[in-house]
Amino acid sequence: MTLEIKNVSYQYEEKGRQILDHFSLSIDSRERVGLEAPSGFGKTTLCKLLSGYLEPDEGEILLDGRPLSSYKGYCPVQMIWQQPEFAVNPRLRMKEVILEGDQVEERIVRELGIEDDWMRRFPGELSGGELQRFSIARALGKRTCFLLADEISTMLDLITQSQIWDFLLRETEQREIGLVAVSHDRELLDRICTRVVRLS
Amino acid sequence: MKMGNRRIRVLAGLGFSLTFLAVVCIWGSLSTETARVTDFSRVNIPPCLRYPFGTDWLGRDMLARTLKGLSMSIWIGILSAAVSAAVALVLGITSATMGKAADSVISFLIDLIMGVPHILLLILISVALGKGLRGVIIGVSLTHWPSLARLIRAEVIQLRESPYIQIARRLGKGRWYIAGKHMLPHLIPQFIVGLVLLFPHAILHESSVTFLGFGLSTEQPAIGIVLSEAMKYLVTGKWWLALFPGLLLVFTVVMFYVMGESLRKLLDPNSVHQ
Repeated sequence: MTLEIKNVSYQYEEKGRQILDHFSLSIDSRERVGLEAPSGFGKTTLCKLLSGYLEPDEGEILLDGRPLSSYKGYCPVQMIWQQPEFAVNPRLRMKEVILEGDQVEERIVRELGIEDDWMRRFPGELSGGELQRFSIARALGKRTCFLLADEISTMLDLITQSQIWDFLLRETEQREIGLVAVSHDRELLDRICTRVVRLS
Repeated sequence: MKMGNRRIRVLAGLGFSLTFLAVVCIWGSLSTETARVTDFSRVNIPPCLRYPFGTDWLGRDMLARTLKGLSMSIWIGILSAAVSAAVALVLGITSATMGKAADSVISFLIDLIMGVPHILLLILISVALGKGLRGVIIGVSLTHWPSLARLIRAEVIQLRESPYIQIARRLGKGRWYIAGKHMLPHLIPQFIVGLVLLFPHAILHESSVTFLGFGLSTEQPAIGIVLSEAMKYLVTGKWWLALFPGLLLVFTVVMFYVMGESLRKLLDPNSVHQ
């Protein structure tokens, strides 16, 4: 499968700054692409466009040649947000957060190091790293073909970081899920990605 | 062990306030007749064992009158708070979801009603509707919804934009699923606590309107009537006529607050495991 972004322009306010200007990129589901840019250059915006949270002002986003917006229901391109605290409903127990995903396999939950005891808790009773594991598991449902990781490991300690990336590399390779990783950390991207794109 | 105690304390507070309010309601409803009986052989008796709240200048039992008055106030409070809260819920959600035009109309209404002092508007509505029970209930219902409506509107607007709801949409969840699973758990506690905290306002406003003479008619032993009549006799040294009904009114209001606060603590996920 390929995820294509063709000549896309986007700005948040009319007459505001052009975040993306006629930007194009094509990603194959066997690739791992790193996105690198200084703050405010539209990395998160690009991820939101690619996963359908935002509609481009101009240009189109195609998944397998079909516009992404024509995929109804579960979106095959899933994004993991930067702050896990906001990405889960504080009033739902973690068990239900996992159920929101598309039949997430027990194996994924286990390999991410999620303990049974955490399932009964509310998000406020887990740490950022623990919550981030849940949001990764939730995004890895059955129908996911592309995974966008927007600075998912910035606030985690090094051991957790390496555990999570290790798992993601294995999982995406095995299931042929295309990965887009966003980070400030050039070394991290060099290590995990098959190619790195600089936004400017 | 200590954690368990806190939860038990909250539950005990909730149970106590509920029992107190239920007892007042039931006892009040049962003493409708006793509250009306006049007996000139027992005029102006100060509080004693037989008449804990004393009797008034017509020989009526003040305990029965106070309870009857309070139970009426509680019923009026419950009814008007329920209507008010329902109006708030509908308008709040409409305002947040039905687009700009609806939002500006409802926001204008909220500002308009909040800009006029409650009591003034309440007197106007009550008098316009011919005073009495109906006037007071409609008056209280129509003046108390804006603050809760504003709260619900803000909550829905904030929820709609929150990341986890956007994520749920991308995970292919429908409108109804999101409304039921993600929005309701946030709105229900706000709504219930708002509803409970409306009671004391409604009761206090009902009794002040009645006290000022724009509410219920004088034959009905409402707490406002009891208090305003007692005022006339206060200067002649009959302190018990005002003291006990007043104290019990304050206590009832406090009980409602205890109930609201306990509910809030029980429903809040930050304290649910305590």
